[in-house]
Amino acid sequence: MHWLSLLKPGDWLLAVLGLALCILSFPLAWHGGSAEKVVVKKSGEVFAELDLSRDKTIEVPGPLGMTKIAVEKRRVRVVSDPGPHQYCVRQGWLEQPGEIAICAPNQVSLQITGGKESYDSLSY
Amino acid sequence: MTRSVIRLVTTAEDHRIAQLAAAAIGLAVIDAAIPLPLPGVKPGLSNIVTLIVLARYGWNTAAWVCGLRVVAGGILLGQFLSPGFFMSLTGAVFSLFALALAIRLPYRLFGPVSWSILAAFAHIGGQLLLARLWLIPHNGLFYLVPIFAVAALTFGIINGLIAARLLSTLPRIDPGVQNV
Repeated sequence: MHWLSLLKPGDWLLAVLGLALCILSFPLAWHGGSAEKVVVKKSGEVFAELDLSRDKTIEVPGPLGMTKIAVEKRRVRVVSDPGPHQYCVRQGWLEQPGEIAICAPNQVSLQITGGKESYDSLSY
Repeated sequence: MTRSVIRLVTTAEDHRIAQLAAAAIGLAVIDAAIPLPLPGVKPGLSNIVTLIVLARYGWNTAAWVCGLRVVAGGILLGQFLSPGFFMSLTGAVFSLFALALAIRLPYRLFGPVSWSILAAFAHIGGQLLLARLWLIPHNGLFYLVPIFAVAALTFGIINGLIAARLLSTLPRIDPGVQNV
């Protein structure tokens, strides 16, 4: 083939290396560290990991009842909680990596992970 | 009042650079006219000229032709000193740097296609860096990396093949210089 005869051995090598680079870049860019998640814990154990880029609502059963958690527009919040003080509900939306909401009476917590965490923890 | 005449003394080298740059500018205009779905993805046809000049006349002439093409192409397309111009300038600087290293590879093994692939990746790398630092300072930009990488490889190989093909038919002028 005429066009193929223009390729030298090193050209093949670089083309294959380039192809490998392209293939590698897909998982790195699309499933890598920049994808942020919410870790929901129940009684200290991981109950669910939610992707911040997908809107979703889940209910976590605790000793007092159901804690409802909603992911919306890359943010997450506690929608409702059976606890007496409602601290975690009133905390509102969590957006930054490292932000955490704890519904202590119902033993449920949620924290945003992934990306660059700007703080070890945030308290209000 | 005395009339003054400004005479620019030009050498044969200047003429050659001007002619080759004109060819590169023409290809840059054609390049801009090709519709492609994503901004930033372009065939970069004028780099074929850069590759041929690099092979026949060496890196210095190639840098002149490439630089003139970026500036004059920017003026022609109405994007001189716009963000698009600086993107293209950064791409050119990075790919010229890559080419300076690439021509040191043994020519027996690495031809214009190799140069083209290396330059294309350097080009897109530089542009991503500038875009991340200046135009779109958000990591979301890196979601586009795979698309740019595939485009760089594809157009790098195609441009390199066209350059290699043209080099195989073009007469070897200036036997003293580079000339591969």
